[in-house]
Amino acid sequence: MSPGAQTAAGALLPAVPFLAALIGLLVPRASRAVAAALGIVGAAVAFVVAVVLAVAVHAPVETFRRWADFGDLQVTIGVRLDPVAALVAVAVATVALAVQIYSTAYLAADDRYPPYAAQVSLFTAAMLLVVVAGDLIELLVGWEVMGICSYLLIGHDRWLPEAPRAAVKAFLVTRFGDVGFLLGIALLGVKLGSFRITEVLAGASRLSVGELTVITLLLLAGVAGKSAQFPLHTWLPDAMAGPTPISALIHAATMVAAGVYVVARLFPLFGRAPATLATLAVVAAITMLLGALAACAQDDIKRVLAWSTVSQIGYMTAALSVGAPPAALFHLLTHAAFKALLFLAAGAVIHAVGTNAMAALGGLRRRLPVTFWSMTIGLAALVGVPPFAGFWSKDEIIAVTWAGHSGGPAPAWAAWLVWASAVLTVGVTGWYATRLWLRTFFGAPRGPAAEHPHEPPAAMSLPVLVLAVPSALLGFVGLVPGFVHRLGFDRPVQLTVAMLVPLLFAAAGVVTAWLLWRRDPSADPVAALGPVRPVLAAAFYVDAVQDALVVRPAIALSRAVRRTDETVVDGAVEATGRGAEDLGALLGRAHRAALPRAATAVLVAAVLFGLAAAMIFGGAR
Amino acid sequence: MTLGQAALVATLALPAFGVVAAVAAPARLDRAGRLAGTVAAALTFVATLVLLAGRQPHGPRTAPIRPWHSVDLPWVPDLDLRFHLGVDGVSYPLVVLTALLTLLCCGYTLWRVPEPGRGRLLVALLLAIEVGILGVFESLDLVLFFVFFEVVLLPMYAVIAIWGGERRRPAARKFVLYTLFGSVLLLVGVFVVVAKAGTADLIHLTGGGGLPRGTQLVAFTLLALAFAVKSPLWPLHTWLPDAHTEAPTVGSVILAGVLLKMGTYGLLRIGVGVAPAGARWAAPVLGVLAVAAIVIGSLVCLAQAELKRLIAYSSVGHMGFVLLGIATLTATGIQAALIGNVAHGIITGLLFFLAGAIKDRAHTGRLDELGGLRETAPTLAGLLGYASIASLGLPGLAGFWGEAFAVVATLRRGWPVLAVVAALGAALAAAYFLRLLRQVTHGPAVGEVARPRLAGAELLSWGPLVVLALALGLVPAAVLSLSADAARALAEVVTR
Repeated sequence: MSPGAQTAAGALLPAVPFLAALIGLLVPRASRAVAAALGIVGAAVAFVVAVVLAVAVHAPVETFRRWADFGDLQVTIGVRLDPVAALVAVAVATVALAVQIYSTAYLAADDRYPPYAAQVSLFTAAMLLVVVAGDLIELLVGWEVMGICSYLLIGHDRWLPEAPRAAVKAFLVTRFGDVGFLLGIALLGVKLGSFRITEVLAGASRLSVGELTVITLLLLAGVAGKSAQFPLHTWLPDAMAGPTPISALIHAATMVAAGVYVVARLFPLFGRAPATLATLAVVAAITMLLGALAACAQDDIKRVLAWSTVSQIGYMTAALSVGAPPAALFHLLTHAAFKALLFLAAGAVIHAVGTNAMAALGGLRRRLPVTFWSMTIGLAALVGVPPFAGFWSKDEIIAVTWAGHSGGPAPAWAAWLVWASAVLTVGVTGWYATRLWLRTFFGAPRGPAAEHPHEPPAAMSLPVLVLAVPSALLGFVGLVPGFVHRLGFDRPVQLTVAMLVPLLFAAAGVVTAWLLWRRDPSADPVAALGPVRPVLAAAFYVDAVQDALVVRPAIALSRAVRRTDETVVDGAVEATGRGAEDLGALLGRAHRAALPRAATAVLVAAVLFGLAAAMIFGGAR
Repeated sequence: MTLGQAALVATLALPAFGVVAAVAAPARLDRAGRLAGTVAAALTFVATLVLLAGRQPHGPRTAPIRPWHSVDLPWVPDLDLRFHLGVDGVSYPLVVLTALLTLLCCGYTLWRVPEPGRGRLLVALLLAIEVGILGVFESLDLVLFFVFFEVVLLPMYAVIAIWGGERRRPAARKFVLYTLFGSVLLLVGVFVVVAKAGTADLIHLTGGGGLPRGTQLVAFTLLALAFAVKSPLWPLHTWLPDAHTEAPTVGSVILAGVLLKMGTYGLLRIGVGVAPAGARWAAPVLGVLAVAAIVIGSLVCLAQAELKRLIAYSSVGHMGFVLLGIATLTATGIQAALIGNVAHGIITGLLFFLAGAIKDRAHTGRLDELGGLRETAPTLAGLLGYASIASLGLPGLAGFWGEAFAVVATLRRGWPVLAVVAALGAALAAAYFLRLLRQVTHGPAVGEVARPRLAGAELLSWGPLVVLALALGLVPAAVLSLSADAARALAEVVTR
């Protein structure tokens, strides 16, 4: 494939789903079949194009054209492809296709399915635009359109009272981070005179370490928002209010993956700013452990998975913080597969029993064998059980963080910190994954709905089954030199003795959860935590702190400003008007006099004026 | 006379004929009068499109303003006043926007006349306003500019005072008195410049025209204050919420869509152009006030309880970005201000159309009395969502470019603190628009909504704005390439 054909195909990646979305949104009251066909065809075309590119692209190719001129600052629009972009595009398109097919059945009874399908297409297009964008402003377009799509889709469910709030929160928290992202991009443009990624990366050496640190920290704010990193992670668990396929889309392939991908794409900037990497390391260490611990105490099956996403994205940022984007991207790909699988399988459970609460589940293993086995594969991959996908990528991350303390771009202490956190988190992950597995599928049914469930229709089980394949096997490609070179590794993934440490931790987590559960299969193993349980369930009260420190003061401030604006600023204007009226009325009254007094006044004035004139002109002579 | 010159004159003559035609129609032929006015508005719009043909900048290469087409006739020879019109890249986008919005408003009035009726007079007043606004954008003579600036005032007063909401009279009075106060300052400023320079020709005056620095400082202060009232710039904005809220739908659309732009256009073309030394001197103050407007406007919106008032206050924030762009005095900032102007006209025009439609149907504009619109009127709710998203500056839609590049220009100017605060203000815009959507469209349906389906006339008058908000977001060069040279020339003049 010639470079020209490659970039042209790259442009199709966002363009085709965008077109599907536009038609879907413009045709009012499109029939379900048309909407479903549009959504599926859009994602399918993107998938085929992405696969072709993943095979064809060996080296970076780029094409661009002028988009807008602001003075001498030029904004371009273009496509910049490299093997990494093509591989991420495959993951995005795969998950999007699975979600589109799955949704036709999951939302079978929803009368607002047509706009939903179009919004999923738009979401896909936005993420693919981020993936192929050759210009930072162009990237920002995809970045923010994704935010608004998440807002629309999280708020889709009209019967959930918490959905509108969760939707607003998702957009506002990420938008808050995006203030930094925009400023970072603006600074790059101002300092380097271009927004093109290629030129920006080439110009990185012209920037001082101080400038780079400021810029990358600003960019990091946006990344933390989109990729749900501490302290901007709070929107992601609430985003569960969206339909389950949307959770799969947000958690596996779009939104949260975008932040990690962008840092990897701009890594030459981050690699020169050790202070930023150290910050990222601290953020990653906190996020990994906080997410995993919070996942332990949730009762909602989707919330467990949501917190696990927070924690797993923490692994990716951990790899980035020690200067190993390939390891982060590898985990991004495996995570995309197994997290999409987990959410879609959880959706099948919810579809079957009609509740998210694990307290009402139990014993579903025999009734839902397909869902059970696919979920088992997904959870094994999440925990990092060899040889499932997550094992290879997570092992690689723990290996690079271990190696990161000697000679990496980040400070040694930062590498130690993320390594320790990563290993601990493996244990916690084993614990909560086992808890979810046992509480959902084993023991006796704890609710009436769990007694007579039914397997989902084919449109739902097929995507789940398809995703189970990469969840189980994708890790092995880490052994294939041709593949790992495309991700940027200089050698295939290696297995060393050091990997025994995380394996031991994982085993400890799994066994502890199992032992606790076996004592009383009807009770929740988390009860053993005692007073710590509410702390974990509330995820260390970060939400409450944000509410008290940001949300409430902002609302109070806005009320005060409104009052001031109405009483002081406008008050001054009104008072001027009233003052003028009063003064006029006063003068008017003074002029409303009876004839004798008026005549006297005129005479007095005449005399006074005469005197004054006489004195002035008399003096002058 | 070339085609361009003929079109230039036609942009003023056609709406003026329309005024006469609409007024001349007897009361029983009200609809015919409205129709005649609408036809005139449509022809005017066509004339503005004709201006695009043969757009070659005239005049010497070094001239600060190089109009595509110009008409220069003696007007009052004894006072050396000239009827000098022209259009260039800075003014043209606003000229088209004005003609388009007036056409849409006239078309809308064909379908629906607000209480107390007499729609042909409303159309006539809209066309009179159009004459004034187009005159402002096309004047190349300072005195002529002032005259057109004043023409707008009284028709707008009448529109608010006759067809407005419940508290229309105080709002109209406040509007007219407040902006008249601005006009007085403008008048003084204009005559300070004209008396000192001995000419009112803008092409000659732009770049300072040999005015001494002291005169420029005085002139800029007067002019900037006058335009700050119109734009409006915090803290001179308080006429706006009342006027926008009480005005009938078409009045709000024209007010927000194009009338405010007379202020920002005037500041750029007259204030900055004629008194560049003054502009350089006052730029930091202007920048700080613009950022204050962004933040304060957004905060007030966050605590606002009425739909139209909220949109009105959002204009304060958005115009803050435009003024910030101008205050940077860089080509980047000027370009950002120009596209911000146009985008705000399109998006806020659409928002006011939608707010009017919602108030008509629900018979209330209070946010706590609205709710569940996506259950009762899904298309209307979808459009409101779209317009709100466009207004909060989503990249990919029109509002993004002006705001983002105002921030870029501010950073470039070396004002990092202002840039950070302005960017935070943009995030606040997201907060209040999502709060608006949550209250109006989400949740269970509240109250009755009459006529949930949209009428064809509504779709026709909103459609162009919906399309433009997306088109300008995807192809910003449609505006930017027209004004690139003019903006660069202006920035050079200022920094010379």
